[in-house]
Amino acid sequence: MPIPTPFHPRTSEFCTSLQWKEWAGYYAIRSFDVHFDREYYAFRHAAGMIDVTPLYKYDVRGPDATAYLNRIVVRNIAKLKQNQVAYLCWCDDDGKVIDDGTVTRFEEDYYRVTSTDPDFHWFLRHMRGFDVTVENITDEVAALSVQGPNSRDVLRDVCDADMDKLKFFRTTKTRVDGGIDARISRTGYTGDLGYEIWVKNDDALGLWDALMAAGEPHGLVPAGLDAMDVTRIEAGFILNGIDYFNALHSLIERRKASPYELSLGWAVHLKRDPFIGQEALRHIKKDGPPRLFVGLDIDWPSFERLFAKHGLPPEVHSGGWRTGVPIYDSGGNFIGQATSGAWSPLLKKNLALATVQAEHGHIGNTVHLEVTVEYERKTVPATIVPKPFFDPERMKA
Amino acid sequence: MAAKYDAIVIGGGHNGLVCAAYLAKAGRKTLVLEGRHVLGGAAVTEEVYPGFKYSVFSYVVSLFRPHIIRELNLAQHGLQLIPLECSFTPHLEGPGLVRWSEAARTRREIARLSPRDAEIQPAFSLAMTKMAFLIKNIIDNPVPDPTSLDPRELKRLADFGNHFLKLDADSFHLHSQLLTMSAVDFLSLWFESEILMAPMSVSGIIGTFLGVRSPGTAYVLLHHYMGEIDGAFRSWGFSRGGTGGLSLACARAAESLGAQIRTEAPVSHLRVQNGRTTGVVLENGDEIEARTVFSSLDPNRTFLRLVGEQHLDEEFTNQIKRYKLRGSSGKVNLALDRIPEFTCRPGIGPHLMGDLAIAPNIDYLERAYDQAKYGDFSERPYINAVFPSLVDPSVAPPGKHVMSCFVQYAPYHIKEGPEFWPQRREAFGEAVIDTLEQYAPGLRDCILHKQVLTPWDMEQMVGLSEGNIFQGELSLEQLLFQRPAPGWARYRTPIRDLWMCGSGAHPGGGIMGSPGELAAKYALQTRGV
Repeated sequence: MPIPTPFHPRTSEFCTSLQWKEWAGYYAIRSFDVHFDREYYAFRHAAGMIDVTPLYKYDVRGPDATAYLNRIVVRNIAKLKQNQVAYLCWCDDDGKVIDDGTVTRFEEDYYRVTSTDPDFHWFLRHMRGFDVTVENITDEVAALSVQGPNSRDVLRDVCDADMDKLKFFRTTKTRVDGGIDARISRTGYTGDLGYEIWVKNDDALGLWDALMAAGEPHGLVPAGLDAMDVTRIEAGFILNGIDYFNALHSLIERRKASPYELSLGWAVHLKRDPFIGQEALRHIKKDGPPRLFVGLDIDWPSFERLFAKHGLPPEVHSGGWRTGVPIYDSGGNFIGQATSGAWSPLLKKNLALATVQAEHGHIGNTVHLEVTVEYERKTVPATIVPKPFFDPERMKA
Repeated sequence: MAAKYDAIVIGGGHNGLVCAAYLAKAGRKTLVLEGRHVLGGAAVTEEVYPGFKYSVFSYVVSLFRPHIIRELNLAQHGLQLIPLECSFTPHLEGPGLVRWSEAARTRREIARLSPRDAEIQPAFSLAMTKMAFLIKNIIDNPVPDPTSLDPRELKRLADFGNHFLKLDADSFHLHSQLLTMSAVDFLSLWFESEILMAPMSVSGIIGTFLGVRSPGTAYVLLHHYMGEIDGAFRSWGFSRGGTGGLSLACARAAESLGAQIRTEAPVSHLRVQNGRTTGVVLENGDEIEARTVFSSLDPNRTFLRLVGEQHLDEEFTNQIKRYKLRGSSGKVNLALDRIPEFTCRPGIGPHLMGDLAIAPNIDYLERAYDQAKYGDFSERPYINAVFPSLVDPSVAPPGKHVMSCFVQYAPYHIKEGPEFWPQRREAFGEAVIDTLEQYAPGLRDCILHKQVLTPWDMEQMVGLSEGNIFQGELSLEQLLFQRPAPGWARYRTPIRDLWMCGSGAHPGGGIMGSPGELAAKYALQTRGV
């Protein structure tokens, strides 16, 4: 049975739909209202606030913290300045991705790692020879993510940190509402201007109340995972367990993917001190990845015509979908799979994230995606387009 | 003589801009001339009071055609639409009525009024959706010419007729009813609760000088169901940053395709030689030569002012003069320090995030029309109000709000004469605020600024003749083959190389973008430009 997060007394009060799901062993809200529309639009037009406590969090401390983490992750975090955050992944010896997450350098010898899967064991396994401590603080630190164009205005009104100086992928200590010690990082999973605020569990309700009060004039709305899922697809972000599988959890090779197959090649720093998977990644890079992770823009007029044949208006899944569907080339040969997608109400586009064979993965190529129309399986053309689909200037400005 | 253009589009409203974008997309050298300092025409956002962005005239986007959004990449050019949560009808007694997007919740609301009506809604929606498929076909294509024997025209006409022949018997009769009945009579075929029918019936009269019991008003009810058949692509809601956001997206699309846009460039008249136009003359005297001119202004303004009667035959001139404009609505825009609570449903909640209709019952609406018939504005008018700042905080300072009130009836032809509207403006605004105060006491104390717009003001400010928001009534005799005049429903005009591309052309007003799109496409297809 899942357990409640420290925000539960508040989230459950607002969640009139009673639509919950399990997330990493916690109760998490899918949507507060019956329809997630209002929460989605708040993310894009005002601000949405979502409880992200279930993210796994590990604190790494000690004189060898930098060398230790650099041994595990693909990116060279020695370059990280204090209060800087890096998005990255870590791989097995074969260069296949275990998980993706962030590493934040709070102090010279103090880092925090976030992950999607419970990877504490992996970090413990590689400690030998390093003077570090690794602590699993997942259940001790609560976190809220405030995302959207007004998120900065909300925090400016309630934090003593200089929000205008906090740059993208940076973090700062702050005091919320005059009394709550918190850390804010300018990060998120919506591809928009946004922040994540971390506090001790005991301060969770105080943080929630302070943010809700400060957020009211800025249109802040509590939001659930369904709304966030559409935004993350618009942002082209991968999701472990959906768009790829943890190499340590995969029975067959086909399910494993290198960073180069997940559009994470940019995060791999090969020319540096040794790290897990480095040698394998060198070869994969040299040979070129066999598959590519791509964005698809599903052709709407063709889609509409399939429905029109039945006299129906075009129907799309409400919210994000994550039931993988096959992709074919023009000859009808299987060339990959779309693993998640969504109708983007903002971009007015029917989008999907997909893994396809590398020779079919170039921008502008047309592939054919399976769709089910009135219980019949059909295909519809889709164009490979650059990711992210949505990339507002304000995210980094 | 300035540079020569393939096309000059007069008017930088959404239709003019859409038209220009399509012309530019086809490689035509296109120039848009807007008289005001801002683009948008009646689909415009202006910061009339510091920090508050008013959607000065039109305030909700509902019918804008999805394929235009797609073909012009308007979402990439900044068009963002936020859906309305619900429709709220406050009452002086009882809890009022809210129709939510959540069907079960709406059913419970209506069941309080009539358990029977509560469950009939899905069947009604289905019937109307079938009808809407017909409308879609009409809206998305130029109308056929029923008098022509050209085989292509006959085919168009046959295609057009086929859609009707395909209807099952029930739908066929339903269609006849829609064409002929009043909104109230039509709704009474399905529903029994007047309280429910009142806010439903008003979509039949918006922008029209008719009452909810006037025959012919049923047809426009269909527009409400257009969204159903566009599926996920439906475009219904607030444009982020106000309605002008939509126009600006059209402008950016047009510019990205190569069109040039000039503001503060009012056109004085068209250059007409031997029955053909060769360009325009600006009010500052500049002449701009062009192979074609597209006017997005209303028919009255286009022909009687820009062209001039001397270039037109008498029959056509008379038709244009008879074309019914007679604006019937006004607008009150308010900047609010806070949103007042409505007595019937206290609290500032989701019920205020959609639109709000002061339409408590049918008699109320009909009485409002009674006064207007004899040349007065309604003392207790039908009001459609929205608080866009509740879902789009970008239109007001933090914690403050904008309230946008569409008000009917405010007849252009008041008994004193339209030029006396400025003297009655204040009283009109007060009547609106008094009416709202009955439902939301304390509203007056929340007002930081108000902008009252009468039909006279609309004519003066954005050139809508007689203040008609649709550039001509959307009554049946002025639609299809006869918009704006019989025989001239296909964007061409009696002046060669002058085309119509505004709401005064088929299929009409309502921020559809269709007249602009279809005019451009039709002109291109027939090698008119």
